[in-house]
Amino acid sequence: MPTVKVDGQEIAVPDGATVLQACELAGKEIPRFCYHERLSIAGNCRMCLVEVKPGPPKPQASCALPATEGQEIRTDSEMVKTAREGVMEFLLINHPLDCPICDQGGECDLQDQSLMYGRGATRYHENKRAVTEKFMGPLIKTVMTRCIHCTRCVRFSEEIAGVDEIGALYRGEDMQITTYLEQAAKHELSANVIDLCPVGALTSGPYAYESRPWELKKTMGIDVSDAVGSNIRIDSRGREVLRVLPRINDDVNEEWISDKARYQVDGLTRRRLDKVWIRKRGKLEQASWDEAFKAIAKAKPGKGIAAIAGDLVDCETMFAAKALLKAAGSKLFESRQTGMDYDVSNLAAVNFNSTFAGIEEAQAILIVGSQIRWEAPLINVRLRKAVKRGAKVFVVGPEWDTTYPAEFLGEDVRVLGNLPAHVSDAFNDAENSAVILGAGGFAAGAHGAAMAAASTLGATFNALHTAAARMGALMLGFASKGGIADIVAAKPKVVLALGADEVDWSQFADSLKVFIGHHGDKGAHAADIILPASAYTEKAGTYVNTEGRVQFADKAIFAPGDAREDWTILRALADALGVNVGFDSFDQLRAAMVKDVPALGEEGLADYGAMPSAPAGASASGSLGYPIKDFYLTNSIARASVVMQRCSDELIHGDTMKEAAE
Amino acid sequence: MLADKDRIFTNLYGFQDWGLKAAQQRGDWDNTKDLIARGNDSIIDEMKASGLRGRGGAGFPTGMKWSFMPKESKDGRPSFLVINADESEPGSCKDREIIRHDPHKLIEGALIAGFAMRARAAYIYIRGEYIREAEVLQAAIEEAYDAGLIGKNASGSGYDFDVFMHRGAGAYICGEETAMIESLEGKKGQPRLKPPFPAGAGLYGCPTTVNNVESIAVVPTILRRGGAWFASFGREGNAGTKLFQISGHVEKPCVVEEAMSIPFRELIEKHAGGIRGGWDNLLAVIPGGSSVPLVPAEQIMDAPMDFDGLKEVGSGLGTAAVIVMDKSTDIVRAISRISYFYKHESCGQCTPCREGTGWMWRVMERLRVGESSSREIDMLYEVTKQVEGHTICALGDAAAWPIQGLLKHFRPELERRIEERENAMPEAAE
Repeated sequence: MPTVKVDGQEIAVPDGATVLQACELAGKEIPRFCYHERLSIAGNCRMCLVEVKPGPPKPQASCALPATEGQEIRTDSEMVKTAREGVMEFLLINHPLDCPICDQGGECDLQDQSLMYGRGATRYHENKRAVTEKFMGPLIKTVMTRCIHCTRCVRFSEEIAGVDEIGALYRGEDMQITTYLEQAAKHELSANVIDLCPVGALTSGPYAYESRPWELKKTMGIDVSDAVGSNIRIDSRGREVLRVLPRINDDVNEEWISDKARYQVDGLTRRRLDKVWIRKRGKLEQASWDEAFKAIAKAKPGKGIAAIAGDLVDCETMFAAKALLKAAGSKLFESRQTGMDYDVSNLAAVNFNSTFAGIEEAQAILIVGSQIRWEAPLINVRLRKAVKRGAKVFVVGPEWDTTYPAEFLGEDVRVLGNLPAHVSDAFNDAENSAVILGAGGFAAGAHGAAMAAASTLGATFNALHTAAARMGALMLGFASKGGIADIVAAKPKVVLALGADEVDWSQFADSLKVFIGHHGDKGAHAADIILPASAYTEKAGTYVNTEGRVQFADKAIFAPGDAREDWTILRALADALGVNVGFDSFDQLRAAMVKDVPALGEEGLADYGAMPSAPAGASASGSLGYPIKDFYLTNSIARASVVMQRCSDELIHGDTMKEAAE
Repeated sequence: MLADKDRIFTNLYGFQDWGLKAAQQRGDWDNTKDLIARGNDSIIDEMKASGLRGRGGAGFPTGMKWSFMPKESKDGRPSFLVINADESEPGSCKDREIIRHDPHKLIEGALIAGFAMRARAAYIYIRGEYIREAEVLQAAIEEAYDAGLIGKNASGSGYDFDVFMHRGAGAYICGEETAMIESLEGKKGQPRLKPPFPAGAGLYGCPTTVNNVESIAVVPTILRRGGAWFASFGREGNAGTKLFQISGHVEKPCVVEEAMSIPFRELIEKHAGGIRGGWDNLLAVIPGGSSVPLVPAEQIMDAPMDFDGLKEVGSGLGTAAVIVMDKSTDIVRAISRISYFYKHESCGQCTPCREGTGWMWRVMERLRVGESSSREIDMLYEVTKQVEGHTICALGDAAAWPIQGLLKHFRPELERRIEERENAMPEAAE
C-alpha cells in the first residue's frame, strides 16, 4: 500500500493503483475522456494531466502513471490548470460547437468538462475539420466531425466484444474512426459504444432527436430480454419509454447491456393488447372486462384450471396465478413453455452456480449446447475475460463464433460420457472449472448427463436459462414434474396463459384459453379470451436471474389503454371464480409471496443449498441444436419492435436479402 | 580533423564493394568470436567506458541502455534487439550510407550488441523508401548467414542469434521506438505509453532495446580498438566520432565522419567547402535535423558540434543533420514547411499533437505572407508551449521546437512581414 500525497493530503492507495485512482480516492476530480475503468489505458486524450514529484518537470498523464510510495501529486497547481486548458482548447478547435442540435447535449463529457476546465473563449480562427459520416449499422448514428479520437469505441470492440469491428484510419488530424469498410457493427453489444462515446460522435440511432436527458423520468428496472437480469435504467417521458440504458452492477452486467435489452423498447408501443377481446364464432371481438370474467366463470373450471407462465413475467404475477389456482384447488402450473421436463426438485441443479463474476476465475469451461453469444451475450463477455486469463473453453454443439479461442467437440451430446483425454486433463489441472448447460442442452434432455460430466470433471455445474422468468418460477414451484405434458394430460377446462407465447397451443384445443399478456403475439393468436396486461416497464416486480440473483424492478410508466397490472387481473378473476387468494394490494401480495418463499424478499443471491449428485446412469444422445434462431426476435416485445426487426433483417439476414435482391 | 586511421566507416562513400569479402578486408567480422568471448558484462562495461551516446538523436548513453536489459529471463520470455533504420528525419541520411556501403558493420554490431544484452534476435526496421538499401542489407544478411557469421552458433561463438530485416511503410512516427515496436508487431504505428519501458516489455511483450543504426555499427570497432580510444575524441561527455550530414547552402554537401565537438566553422570549411557566398552570407543553421530549433549565424559559427555545445545555444545535436541556410532563404517558409511535415506525420493518437500540429502549420502559413498580427505571434508561441511536453512521444516537442526557434530568433522578420502587408492593404482598399 503506497502512501502518496494528493494536494498535500496524505493517502494510502491500493497496490497497483494509478495516480488517477489515487486522486479519486483523495476526492479530487480528474477530468478525462479516453480513460475508462473497464477498458485498457490509452492515455491519448491528455486531459488527466497532473503534476507529479518526483518526475520530469512536465505534467504527467495520471491515468497511465502508477502511484508509488512518496509521490507528491498536485491537481490544483497553475501548471495543471494551464495544461487542462490547453488540452481542452485543442479538443475544441476542431469540434463543431453544434450542441443545440446534438443528441449528446446535457450528458456530454466534453460539454461538462469544457465548462469546468476550459478557457471560455476561442483563439482558433482557421477552418474547422469536417469528417464524412460513417455507416455503423441500424443502431449507431454517427456524426464523426464531433469525434475527439479517444478510441474508447475501438477498445470496447477489441477488448470487451472481442471483434475487430471498429478501428482508426489515417493519421494525424485526418485520423478517422470507422467500422471496417463501413460495414455495420454486428456484435450483440455494439450499442454500448454509444454510452462509451464521451461526445456526440456515436449516438443512438433509434433515439435520435427524441428527447433531452433532463426531460426524462429515470426508473430503475431489470431487463427481461434474457436470463441475465441486466440492471437497466428506463428513461421515459409521459407514457412512453424512450430508451433503456445500463446501470452499473459489477456482479451482473458490469456496465453493459445487450442491444436487444437496449432497443426492444420501441416494441412496447406496437402490437399492444390494450383492450379485452373475446373469440366469438372464431373471430376475436372487443369486449368489456366484465364480459370476459363472466365468460371465464361460465366455463366453471373448478379444479380444472391451469396456468402457464411466459418468459417475461415477474414473480408477483406467477405467485398471484399460483395463489388463484391453489384457491381453486388446482396444481396445474408450469413455466417451461416448450415442454422441457428436467428435474427441478433441487434448484442448485438448475442454477448458474459459478455466478457470473465467478465464471471469470474458471480455468476450464465446458459449454454444452449453448450459443452463449445469443443466449446471454454478457456471459460471453465474462467467458472472454476468463480465456484472457488463460482458461480453456470446450463446446459441445454446432460451431459458432465465440470471439475467443474455443475447441468444438462435435454436435453429438454423447461425447459427454466419453470426453477426450486432453479435455479431462485441462479440467484436472484447473482449480476452478465449470460446465455450462445451455438452452440446446436442456432441449436435448442432456441435463442429467451434463451434471454427471460436471461431477466426473470436478467442475461446478451451471445452468444457463434463456427466460427472465425461469428461476423465479422455479423458486415459486411454478413447475410440474412432467412439464407441460402433465398439464395436457390433466385436460384442464381453462388455461391461463401468462404471456406464454412459445407454447404449442394445439395441445389445448378443448380448453378455454385465456391470454393475460401485453403483446398480440403467438399466445394471443391462439387465445379465446384476451385480457390486456402490463409489460416489464409498466409494473413493479421481482425477477430472479439465471445465477439465482433476486432483483427488484420499479414501474416506469402506465400500461396503455385498458391494460392492467397482471396481478390485479388475477385478483379480479379470483372474485369472478368465487375463490379467495388472500391479498388485496400489491404489498399484501408481495408479503404473502415472501412468506411463501423468503428468498424472494431479499435482493441478492438466493441460497439453494448443496448441489445434488447426478442421477444415476444419466446419459444423453443425439445431436444438439440451438433453439434461438434469431437473436433479435426472441420475445414478443422484440418481435414487435421495428428496430429489432431491422437489426434482424440487416445484421442476420443481410446476406440473404442481398442475394434475393440480385 | 579526424585522421584517416581513426575512421570507423572506411567505406562510407562506396569506393569499395559492400560485400562480405571486401568488408572482411576492411576488418569487419575479424575474429568476432573473441569479441563475444569477452562476455556480456565486459562488453557492456567497455561500451560504458567508450562514452558512446545514442546516435538516433536523444543521446542516451548506449552502454547504460543495454544494462537495463534483464540478466536472465525469469519467465522464459526472450529478449530482442530492435535496430532503428527508419531514418526519416529531414536532413538525416547517415544510416543510409552505412547500410548501402557498409552493411556488415551493422550486422556484426547487431550480433555483438545482441549478445551483450542477451537478445535472441535483432530486427532491423528499415525505412520503406530505402528500397535499394533494403536490398543490399538483405543480401548482406544472407551473406552473413551463409558464412555462418550469424544464425546458429554465430561466428563459432556458440551463441545463436538471428537477424531479420523488416521494411517500414513510410511513416515518420515509426522511427519512435515504441511506435516501431507496434509497427513490427503489425499494428498501426502509434507510440506506446511509458512505463512500461521497452526494456521491461517491448516487442511482443518481451524485453527489448531499440538502438540507432549508427550506435550499433560502431560497436565492433569500439570493442576492437578499446573504449578509451573512442572516448579520446570529443569533449567530456560527448565522446567519439560521429557522422555529420551537411546539407543546404554549402559548397559541397556531404556526409562525413568527424570527431565530436568539432567547431561548426571547421566542420564546414574542411568538409563542405564553406558556406555558399561566404560566412557573411550565413543566415541560420538547423544543427541536428528538422526537429531541433534553428541557431542564428553568429551563435553557431564557433559552437562545438556536440550534445552539450549545441544545447548551450538553445538547440541540440539530434542526428547531426546540419542544415545550413544562407541569406537567400525564406526562413519563415522553411520553418512552415517543417511544420507541414510534422502535421503530416503526426500519428493522431494524442490530442495536443493531433490538433496542435495542424493549427501551428496554418498559423505559420499565414505568418509567411504576413497575414497575421503581433498578438497572434504570442498566441502561436503559447500554442507551441501547449503542445510541448504534453504528448505521449516526442513528436509534439519536435513540432514545437522549430517554431519556438524561429520566434526566438526571427520575430522581427515576422513582424516586418505583417507590417508590410498592412501597409499594402489600405492602398488596395482605396
